[in-house]
Amino acid sequence: MSVIVLVEHTGGIIKKKNFEAVQYAAQIAKKTATTLTAVVLGNATNAEMEGLGAYGAQKVLHVADTRLNDLHARAYCKALLAAAEKEKSKIIITLHDISGRTVAPRVAVQLKAGIVAGALSIPDLEKGFVIKKAVFSGKAFAYVNILSDVKVIMLMPNAFPAVKAEGKAVVEQLAVSFDEKDFGVKVKSIDKVTGEVSLADAELVVSGGRGMKGPENWGILEDLAKELGAATACSRPVADSHWRPHHEHVGQTGGTVRPNLYIAVGISGAIQHLAGVNGSKTIVVINKDPEAPFFKAANYGIVGDAMEVLPRLTAAVRKFKEQHK
Amino acid sequence: MKILVCISQVPDTSTKIVLKNNDTSVNGDGVTYIINPYDEWYALVRAIELKEKGIASDIHLITVGKANVEPVIRKALSLGGDEAIRIDADSNDAYETAGYIAAYAAQVGYDLILCGKESIDYNNGITGTMLAGMLDMDYIGFATDIQVEAGVAVVKREVEGGEETDQCNLPLVISCQKGIAEARIPNMRGIMAARTRPLKVVEPSKIAALTAILSYELPPAKAGIKMISPDDMDQLVDLLHTEARVI
Repeated sequence: MSVIVLVEHTGGIIKKKNFEAVQYAAQIAKKTATTLTAVVLGNATNAEMEGLGAYGAQKVLHVADTRLNDLHARAYCKALLAAAEKEKSKIIITLHDISGRTVAPRVAVQLKAGIVAGALSIPDLEKGFVIKKAVFSGKAFAYVNILSDVKVIMLMPNAFPAVKAEGKAVVEQLAVSFDEKDFGVKVKSIDKVTGEVSLADAELVVSGGRGMKGPENWGILEDLAKELGAATACSRPVADSHWRPHHEHVGQTGGTVRPNLYIAVGISGAIQHLAGVNGSKTIVVINKDPEAPFFKAANYGIVGDAMEVLPRLTAAVRKFKEQHK
Repeated sequence: MKILVCISQVPDTSTKIVLKNNDTSVNGDGVTYIINPYDEWYALVRAIELKEKGIASDIHLITVGKANVEPVIRKALSLGGDEAIRIDADSNDAYETAGYIAAYAAQVGYDLILCGKESIDYNNGITGTMLAGMLDMDYIGFATDIQVEAGVAVVKREVEGGEETDQCNLPLVISCQKGIAEARIPNMRGIMAARTRPLKVVEPSKIAALTAILSYELPPAKAGIKMISPDDMDQLVDLLHTEARVI
C-alpha cells in the first residue's frame, strides 16, 4: 500500500510545482506509515525520474506510451487507476492545475473517492481526514473531511515548499493497455507560449490596469517584468479594451494567480480583481489615487504616476541584481 | 443537437463572508445570489450562440438546489434556454452534485454538456470532469473556443504553457472559460419568455456525499500596509528582499 502522486512534465521538463506535490505526498505517506510512488506519463528521462527521490519518492512508475505526452482525460485516468491498483493505493495526489483538474476528478469517480480540490494543508487525521482549502475566491477557508476509504487530493501550486534532499527513486515501467477510445480527443495543433514566463506558474507577476493609459505604455511594465523574471498580467478593462491578450486577464472572470509577489500598477483593486490575486503572498500596489481600494489589500503601497515610478523601480531592481550577483 | 448547461447559484462577488453556528456554516442572510459567472458568461452564452446559428436544437439548463435557487435559474432562462431542471437537493459535495446531474443527463441523453471552469463559491472546478467520468463521455477542460459541425467539436483549450486545438466527436463534456463568448444582458422579451418556459423539479437519486465541510475560517487581517515614497524605489526593493523575502 502506498500513496501515489502524478508528476507532470512539459516537453520533458518537470516544473517546480510537481516537486512540491511529491514532497507533500511524501509527508502524507510518512504520516500514514507507508511509502510514496510517483507516476510519470509519456517521454521522460531516467535521470529526471530517479531525481524525484530527492523530494521523497521511493519509487516511480513510468507509463512510457508517447501518446501520453499530450493531456488525454481518459488515458491519464486509466494510467493512474492502473498505478493505484498496482500499489494498492488509498491516497492519490495530483496538482490543482490544468492536468490535475482534468484527470483527478475522473479517477475519484472511478474509485468512489472523496476529493479535495486546491488543498492547502497536510491532512489532519485526528478528526478524520481533514484538509484546508480556500473557498469564496480566497475570502474564507474550509476544513473538508474526506469520508470515503479512498481519497483523492489536488494540491494547490505554490502552497507547499519543495526542498531538495538526497535520494534516488527506483524506476519501474508500468504497462497499460490503452484502446482507441482513450484517445478520443485528437490534438490538431499546439501553440506553445515560448520565451515568456507562464502566468499560472509564475512566482513573480507584474500586472497593469487602466492607469497605464494605453497599450503603447506597456513597454516600461515589460521592462520591469523582464528585469525581475516575472510574468505579465492585466486587469479586466485592459483585456476587454484589447490592450493586452485575454490570457493575461486575472480576476474573477479571468485567471487566478498565487505568486510570491504581485505588483499591481494602475489597478484600482475592484473586488472582482482581488478575487483572482488575493492568494498572492506579497502585494505591491502602485497607483496615483491614494483612495484606490487596492491599497487596503496590499503589503506595500506607492502613491505615484506609473510612468515615473515604473522606470525607477526597474532601475532599482537592476542595481539590486548588480549588488547581489 | 441537445445541449445541457450546468448552472450554479453563487453569492455575488462583493459578498462579505460571515460565519455562523460556531464557524460551521456561512451566514446566508442578506446575501445576493447570482449565476456563477463562468456558467453564465461562457457556457450558457456559447450554448445560446450555437442555437442561434442553428447548430443546437435544444438547450436545457440544470441546477442542484432547493427552491431558493429558482430566481437564479429563471434569470438564466431569461438569457436563453428552452427548459430548466432543478434537482431538489442541497449539496456541497462535488461527487453528490455531479451524480444527480449525471443521473438526469443519462435519462435524457445530451450531445454536449457545458459548464463553467469552476464556481466562485467552492472553487473546485471538478463537476464537469466528474460528469464526463460518470457518463463515460470525453472531456475537454478550460476551453476558450467551441465550434461544432456535423457531430464533431473543434475546441481550443488552455494547456500547460500554451493553447491547443482539439477535435472530438460528440458526445462531449466541456468546461468553459474566458474567450468563449461575450457576456449578455437579459432583455425584456427574454425575461417575459422565461416566465413561460418550463422549470422541472426533479427528485434527487440516492447518492451519498463523500466529503463534508467541518468548519470555516476567515483569513487573518492584513498586517497593515507600508507606504513607500515614489522617489525611493531602492527602499521597496530592499524590503522585498529582506522583509517579504520574495526577491
